Amino acid sequence: MNEDNIQDASRPIFGEYTAPLVLTVTVVFLGWFFLSQWDGILSLFSWLGSGIADAPNALSRVITHYTSITPSQWLPSVGIGALFGVVTTARLISKPSIRGIALGGLVGGLGSQFLVLPTQHCTYTPETPPIQVIMGVFLAIFGSVIALIPLWTWLRGGVSHAGTSGFFRSRTLPYLFLLPMVLNLLLFLYYPSIQTVTLSLFSRRFPLPQERFVCLNNYTALAEDVIYRNSFIITFVIMFAVVVFSLGIALGIALLASQKVRYANVYRTLLIWPFALSPVVAGAIFLAMFREGNTGLINALLNALTGTTVSWLRDANLARVAIVAAAVWNILGFNVLFYIAGLQNVPKDLLEAASIDGANRVQRFWRITLPMLAPFTFFLLVTNVTYAFYGIYGAVDTLTSGGPPLGAAGSLGGATSVLIYKLYEDAFNPGSPIGLAGAQAVILFLLVASLTVLQFRTLESRITYSE
Amino acid sequence: MTPSVKKQKTRWDIHVPLIIICFVMCIPALYALQSATLTVAEGAFPPPKLFPPGNDLIPNIQDLFEKLNFGQYIVNTVIVSAVIVVGKTILAMLAGLAFVYFQFAGKTVLFFFVLLTLLMPTEIILLPLFNMMSQLGWGQTYPQLALTMPFLATATGAFLFRQHFSNIPRELAEAAQIDGATPLRFMFSVLIPMSWNVIVAHSLIQFIGAWNQYLWAVLIVNNNDSQVIQVGVRQAANFGLTPDYGVLMAAGIVASLPPLLLFILLQKQFMSGFAITKEK
Repeated sequence: MNEDNIQDASRPIFGEYTAPLVLTVTVVFLGWFFLSQWDGILSLFSWLGSGIADAPNALSRVITHYTSITPSQWLPSVGIGALFGVVTTARLISKPSIRGIALGGLVGGLGSQFLVLPTQHCTYTPETPPIQVIMGVFLAIFGSVIALIPLWTWLRGGVSHAGTSGFFRSRTLPYLFLLPMVLNLLLFLYYPSIQTVTLSLFSRRFPLPQERFVCLNNYTALAEDVIYRNSFIITFVIMFAVVVFSLGIALGIALLASQKVRYANVYRTLLIWPFALSPVVAGAIFLAMFREGNTGLINALLNALTGTTVSWLRDANLARVAIVAAAVWNILGFNVLFYIAGLQNVPKDLLEAASIDGANRVQRFWRITLPMLAPFTFFLLVTNVTYAFYGIYGAVDTLTSGGPPLGAAGSLGGATSVLIYKLYEDAFNPGSPIGLAGAQAVILFLLVASLTVLQFRTLESRITYSE
Repeated sequence: MTPSVKKQKTRWDIHVPLIIICFVMCIPALYALQSATLTVAEGAFPPPKLFPPGNDLIPNIQDLFEKLNFGQYIVNTVIVSAVIVVGKTILAMLAGLAFVYFQFAGKTVLFFFVLLTLLMPTEIILLPLFNMMSQLGWGQTYPQLALTMPFLATATGAFLFRQHFSNIPRELAEAAQIDGATPLRFMFSVLIPMSWNVIVAHSLIQFIGAWNQYLWAVLIVNNNDSQVIQVGVRQAANFGLTPDYGVLMAAGIVASLPPLLLFILLQKQFMSGFAITKEK
């Protein structure tokens, strides 16, 4: 099956000239793009340079921090991480060595400081309210997990080598090949991620530079904010509806579309294509469909059938229905695509054997097809939840702009103001509290990240040598 | 799941529901096409005009280019998307090459360094990224750098190519080494010719993502001449004094044509490119 695919893959469009042609066009294009903005690239380098020059200062600030607070403040967080590392390493690794467990403790203890250090250990003081103490412990453990996952893989034999032979011999080349990717991720993903955490611990108002360290107060303030709590609930309601409908309908469609019939490819194209549209366009189309009066499609049909029309986007629940409809329509094709691929993965002989044993269509679906689809369902679950949490921004912005308002003049927020929408509404309005927006970003991140971490378990077993 | 027979009867029990589902899926698009042909007045006043098409499609599209700067938006978005797609593909292939064809100290740690970024969606870090861009002066002076540079690395792409390279027989790499080929030479003359489908699938997915980029562009680009197409669609929603759904739908259609055309043209390679990733 692999070899079929690989042979199938070698069909260059311009014959043997394809690779050089693509290479030349690429080099010319990228060269033009970056050289024409070379000053901008230079400013990145000088920014990077000053950052590196500042590294000793940053290190000394960290050391000053640890020496200025009492060990009773930082030791507990290290201890929690180390304990967590020892226990989990001993449990998760089969036949762990003493060295492995000790490494688990060391890595767990160090890892705990990733997220606790930005908080300056402020949750580990005697006068911290209990809820913040729990959050501090959680931060320590979360940091440990991030550091421990590579260790566990390493203890199990490292990342799969995909073979035992055919390696190129070079000390520098692999690092050179990885450098652009690692540098880019470090600069534009890791650094801003840590900055987001730091941001959330300060109190600051948008254009002004003054800031004040407030520990986790932004988080507790959010917990007490009724608009935020509403937004939280709305996000989960919309997410739940989007995921259930988009996965359920997609599975049904894929079952039909994966049958061997004539024109199957035409059907697939017609079913899959909306995933290529942006959430903004999906929102725009549904805005036209759900608009007021009886000129929009939905109200026109409703009027023809029942003689009444509905103000979809002015009613809290109906506006949510419109958002869910636009989102489901937008992402459905993606799910159908992967479910069709998944259904082709279900072994035919297994189904035939089951039907010989007298299993009917329904039993075959529940006992064989659905379990075989589990990895696809899980992948799609993560993708769909991510879409419903983040990707939906464009649809909400175009379709409802977060409205209609809840409470008198929106005193309770907006009916479709999901977390991602509220976050950037709060972050970029003049005078808005940046720290609160940062805290919102961290919470939103943790929500989706914890789901993805669950996926790591399945992912990890796939990428490692299991003994 | 009937065993395949060469000469089959037309399965109407499957064709009919499929035709209905396809039609329902396409209704929003058909409605958008119909609405794009109407004038403001035709769209605003009853009775609803669901059929036949009006005569205003061309004037609506003209409005996009003459009053909404769509020509410039399209040029900008093409450049930005192309840089992102090409950059991501190159970085991802290099990473795949390093992970599959080299043994080196720190492989596991570097692998997880890349893997961990699957957890960090760009949507969450836009606030500090915005501050960083203002420090670099990119938001004002080099919006195209601000729209591309932060998105050149991709964990998904690295894993896609790593997975694909792992499926390629190791004998090829051994033969290349016996011939004294360098790793880059090996990549160009062996790996890339064997990876066109994966490259196409990866590029298409990344192109759709880049073309549909919206939130970051809204935040970082404050100059209408550097704006991207999705923001243009959003602007079309506020076009004119009364909502002009004809212009808005025309904007949606114009903004969706490039990804849709590419998807339809490259569909075959796209599907088989993903067929490889699905096997574990």
